[in-house]
Amino acid sequence: MILVVLDHDGSKLRKASLEALTRARKLAEALGARVAGVLLAEGPAPVEEARGYVETLYVAEPGPYTAERWAAGVLEAAKGGARAVLAPSSRQSRAYLGRVAYALRAGLLEDTLDSWAEGGQVYATRYAYLNRVTQKVRSALPAVLTVKPNTTPLAEPLGGQGEAVALSLPPVPTLEVLERVQEEKRGVSLTEADVVVTGGRGLGGAEAFQKVEELALLLGGAVGATRAVVDAGWRPYAEQVGQTGKTVQPSLYIALGVSGAVQHLSGMNKSKFIVAVNKDPEAPIFKHADYGIVGDVHQVLPSLIQAVKRLKD
Amino acid sequence: MKFVAVIRQVPDGESRLKVQGGRVDLSGATLILDQMDEYAVEEALRLKEKHGGEAIVVGFGPERTEEAIRTALAMGMDRGVHVVHEGYADPVAVAEALAPVLKEEVPTLVLTGGQQADWDSQALGAALAEALGVPVVAWTTALELEGETARAKHDLDEGAEWVRVPLPAVFTTQQGLNEPRYPTLPGIMRAKKKEIKKVAFQGTAKVEVLEESIQEKARLGKILDGKDPVAAAEELVRLLREEAKVI
Ligand SMILES: Cc1cc2nc3c(=O)[nH]c(=O)nc-3n(C[C@H](O)[C@H](O)[C@H](O)COP(=O)(O)OP(=O)(O)OC[C@H]3O[C@@H](n4cnc5c(N)ncnc54)[C@H](O)[C@@H]3O)c2cc1C
Repeated sequence: MILVVLDHDGSKLRKASLEALTRARKLAEALGARVAGVLLAEGPAPVEEARGYVETLYVAEPGPYTAERWAAGVLEAAKGGARAVLAPSSRQSRAYLGRVAYALRAGLLEDTLDSWAEGGQVYATRYAYLNRVTQKVRSALPAVLTVKPNTTPLAEPLGGQGEAVALSLPPVPTLEVLERVQEEKRGVSLTEADVVVTGGRGLGGAEAFQKVEELALLLGGAVGATRAVVDAGWRPYAEQVGQTGKTVQPSLYIALGVSGAVQHLSGMNKSKFIVAVNKDPEAPIFKHADYGIVGDVHQVLPSLIQAVKRLKD
Repeated sequence: MKFVAVIRQVPDGESRLKVQGGRVDLSGATLILDQMDEYAVEEALRLKEKHGGEAIVVGFGPERTEEAIRTALAMGMDRGVHVVHEGYADPVAVAEALAPVLKEEVPTLVLTGGQQADWDSQALGAALAEALGVPVVAWTTALELEGETARAKHDLDEGAEWVRVPLPAVFTTQQGLNEPRYPTLPGIMRAKKKEIKKVAFQGTAKVEVLEESIQEKARLGKILDGKDPVAAAEELVRLLREEAKVI
């Protein structure tokens, strides 16, 4: 059995789950195994939708998310004889799959770009060294893989309805959630956006981000921020791009008043085209840019907005 | 109380990487205490300063890792343990090798960086928690002890949450938790005399790295002068439209 953790938002499966299913089917074919899914997490789970993609679906009772409960749920489902476990890469999955891998004494392949099986072993490609190096790695079975979003075509439903099996989670020592600090979602999701417009400390303050938002809206994109901006409280953490923020890979990444520190680059250096606006011609970001303007962002940004508007008219 | 920081030594993100025979060659790189682990060391020191007890640094990696352990000792950690291993090791194998050392120490809590700057793994904290049978708090940005428990804030995919967790527990650290201190000269002198216990690696490798290549995308580097911002913006939009075809 190849087990896929099916992430959902309380009403439907996330796109990243459909990518993980595609990868799981590829492994299942090479290893002569079937694909099973597991649905966890809070809120009403999209059971009917998920049954359309797998032969067996393990469904756990809804409950508050903690890494320990997720690990317990996945391990319970894996008892059906999982040779590989796949899940979308996310902060949550990073917190529980390390536990799962240890419990199964499995090879853990994180943030894989592609994966395949050969001679009873699992191979994958992934980035390392803050996204500067590509590695080819190999694990014996069992293996646990996380699938980097936007790397894999989405799976199609099988055309039937898989069998649903109820899972009860054993009690596990875990943390107690005292308070959720939800950040309101604005516009296009950062990790899925095809255009990202990021502001750095060079913007000088929170107000200047109105113009960043305006440009992002015009281009149908999302707003990003550097750690310096988030630490200053100008923008929410959910918008942070980089090693401790989100990884994005849009067609167009526009960095405004961003110096180009390695920890920031690691979150965006795979973008197709990178544009930089910075008043310092020596700023490291220019070494990583396809196009750039050396100038004051407070003058260049309004002009950019005007130029894009003229183009749209 | 006993506060343990688990650390590694990694190449400085600014240093150039070379590939030799399909593998990253670090011989010319500047090697540092992983910055993510630095937050773990700093937090262990602050907890000890506030609550008393001992702060221990546990390093994993080749002989040279001793330099990073000495850095942590110079920052103020009391003593070190070095689990010696050459080359790549996957997080499950690392956790297997570290588990007996940590179990012997009986720590109040264990801290380690949220992501390794060389192997980009984010799993060591969770794997260690499983090996010790304790909860994990990933991507911690605030941490306080309250008797037998800790109150902590940590990041989620969207937003963050405050949690209470029974101790012992494992915390993974990141930027925002604290500002790591610099080693002082007296600290560096004292660190030379502090104990570092060497332990042989005992774990089974689960993952093998077969090949590595540097994939720095060649960039066009077309930089315009913004003295006339209107003209520069017009030209940029034209290039994005006609040449890059992305808008
Ligand atoms: C372990 C670790 C993890 C980290 N994780 C992240 C992460 O996830 N994401 C992240 O972003 N950072 C991260 N950082 C921080 C990172 O090292 C940098 O400090 C940060 O990215 C800098 O943000 P910045 O470019 O906005 O600010 P600065 O470095 O201050 O740069 C501002 C830039 O704006 C330019 N500028 C100033 N005024 C103007 C103007 N009027 N017009 C045009 N340009 C102007 C300046 O020339 C400068 O280049 C991390 C650091 C560590 C140690």
